[in-house]
Formats: sequence, structure tokens, C-alpha cells
Amino acid sequence: MRNEQGLFRHWLSGQVDWSAMLEQDTPAATTAAAEAVPYHPHHDMASARRAIRCGQRAYTVLAIVLCLIFSAFMLLTVANLPSYGSDSAPTVNEVAERYVEKGTEETGAVNTVAGMILDYRAFDTLGESFVLFTAMCAVTMLMNAPGKRRVRKLDYEVLDYYQDPIIRTVCKLVIPIILMFGIYILLNGHLSPGGGFSGGAIMASALIIYALVWGGERASRAIPAKALRIIVLCALGFYACSKTYSFFTGANHLHSIISPGTPGRILSAGLILPLNVAVGFVVCCTMYSFYMYFRRGEL
Amino acid sequence: MEKLFTHLLENYEACVAVVLFVIGLCMLLFDRNLLKKVIGLDIMDTGTFLLLADRGYIAGRSVPIVTDGVTDMANYINPIPAGLVLTGIVVSVSVSALMLSLTVRIYKKYHTLDMDALYLMMSDRRKGGRV
Repeated sequence: MRNEQGLFRHWLSGQVDWSAMLEQDTPAATTAAAEAVPYHPHHDMASARRAIRCGQRAYTVLAIVLCLIFSAFMLLTVANLPSYGSDSAPTVNEVAERYVEKGTEETGAVNTVAGMILDYRAFDTLGESFVLFTAMCAVTMLMNAPGKRRVRKLDYEVLDYYQDPIIRTVCKLVIPIILMFGIYILLNGHLSPGGGFSGGAIMASALIIYALVWGGERASRAIPAKALRIIVLCALGFYACSKTYSFFTGANHLHSIISPGTPGRILSAGLILPLNVAVGFVVCCTMYSFYMYFRRGEL
Repeated sequence: MEKLFTHLLENYEACVAVVLFVIGLCMLLFDRNLLKKVIGLDIMDTGTFLLLADRGYIAGRSVPIVTDGVTDMANYINPIPAGLVLTGIVVSVSVSALMLSLTVRIYKKYHTLDMDALYLMMSDRRKGGRV
């Protein structure tokens, strides 16, 4: 009985998992389990099995109870929320009113969301860009870590989409259009829906199609990893510098030397257009390098 | 009770968000595959974004892009949840990329993504055995 409890405790703390031994479907798991057996010299398979089944059942029951409690609480909260689409909800407060009613006048951006995220809350967006940059650094470190580095010829490289004339021709037609559309969304961020994040993602998708069809080697020759890093660092540095400038000139972004211009024009809204371009470059380079790292393990 | 239920039906978009969140949570709890746990977390993110987008909507109003110089709040929906969803999407993408690259590393080292097999191998390593 004592032994059974000990096994159960070990299984619970994740030291030895006996359920893999019972199922016996993964060969790696069974050999490891066979090696792990001497760790408990007085074990009894039948009682161990019983303990594990109990543990699994307990885990399943607890997990189901947790899910039910979670969903019950959240549904109860939803039932007490203000109804969908009501204009008297507490979220429609003076902050939102201020953004909509004064935003165009103060920032020069017709798109209130762009004015909000790149002027009133520009430091928040700077933090977001740095989150993306940090993720890019972490992925670079993890995928380039020392160890066995075998460059294998993978299935999709053997397939070689470039040999297919249909795919090649369609991509030649489509990639410039996608790039143009991305740049359009990037530059019209303060006038229409879109902005740095969506425009950057669309541009990155064009680059990803290029890498997919023309092969990773040619893509990394056309767009080297070093260039991507320099672009990202320059964009982030520009963003940080321009926001530091507005921080020193009163921190309320209202009296900068760049005038907001006429709302609705492409060259208006002060710093929002250059900041959109910077964010777009960061997003584009980050997405593209994520793809390249996950494709071959290295850029 | 009946009032609560009718209100729940009124807020059906938020209910869908809750269902998505719980689906993701179930994947996180019940699936033994690390890759599927990452997918589950992404589904939970999607539920949160849906809830935020739903909360920003006000019936009968248009997107918060000033048209024809009209800057009255009575014409536009709430712009704040849109900005919050943007932040959420960026963080979700970064976290997914980080978790997926960790998963790739784990697979390269242990040649499995199954939680049970990973526990076994890791406990074996802790005792000084070979992998």
C-alpha cells in the first residue's frame, strides 16, 4: 500500500510516468521506462497500474471540473455584461469620446485608431515593436544554437516549385501586386483602415512567397540576414529617437515642430506616417525571418 | 434566471468567444502533444480578440475613421478595443514564434513531442542516465 502511494506520488510529480509504459506504443518511451524500472525495486505492476489509472482518472476529472468552472464563470460574466452593441456601455466613456472628437484636430490623422496608437499611445506601440524584436532575437538564438547542424535536403526543396511554369508565372505576376498593396496600406495608415502592422504583414507575405518558390538559398542571397537586422535596428532606432524627441518637447505630443497638416492629405498627421513606415519595416522583417528560421533552421 | 438566459442570447458573440476560449483550454489540458498545446493557446488568444472586438461595437455606428469632417462620437464606434486587439495580436504572434522554436529544439533533442515520453526521458536524465 505504501509502495503504491510512492509510485503515485512519483507519477504525480512527473518523475516517472508509468502510463506510457502501459500503453506501449512509443518505442522510445518503453525503453526509457524499462530503464527506469530499477528505480523502484519493490514495485508491483498490478498495484502500479491501479495507481496510475486512479491518477489519470483523477487528472481527467479535475481537468473537466476546471473547464466547467471556467466556462460557468465566464458565461455568468457574459450574462451580466451590457448587451451587444449598446451605446451606454461603460467602455464608451470620455476617453473614447476624446479620441474620436479631438483626435483629428490634435494628431491630424483621419483614422482615429492610427492617431490613437501612434500618437496618444505611441510608447505602447514602441513597446510592441520591441516585443517583436525580442521574439526575433530569441528565435534566432534558439534556432542557431550550437549543436549538430545538418543541412538536410527536405521534401519541399526536392519538390522545387520553380520548375513548375504555372506557379512561376503566377508568382511573377502576383508578387509585385502584393508588395504594392502592402506599401499602399502602409502609407495610407492614417487615412484608411490599415497601418504599419497590417501593411508589414502583407509585404512579408510577398517575400515569403518569393522564398517559397525561388528557394531559400536564392532568397537569402537577395535579402541577406544582415540586411534584415540592419533594417529592423534602424527602424526601431528611428522610432525611439522620434518619440524621445516628442517626450522632451512636452510629452503630450501636442506642440511638436511638425505641423499636423491638412487632415485627409497623404502628407499630413505629423509623425504618424514615418512611424507607420518604421513599424511596417519591423513587422515585415520579423515575419520574414520567422518564416526563414522555421523553414531551414537558419536564415 | 430567465433574464440571465435571454441576456446570454443577446450577447451571443461573447458566448462564442467563451466557447473558443474553453476549446483552447481543453486542448491545453487534455492534449499530450506539445505542438497542439501551442495551437490551443492560439485558439484561446482568438477568443480574447473576438471578445474585445465585440465589446467595441456599437449598433448602427460606423468605423472610427472621420468622414466628411464629422467628429461627433454619436457616429463612430469605440476605437480603444481596436488598439488593444492590435497589441494582443502582436504579443500572440511573438509568443507563438517563441514557443514553436522551443518545440523545435525539444524535438531535435528528444525526437518526440509527447509529454509522457518527455517526462520519462527528462527524469532519466536527472538521474544521470543516458538519453
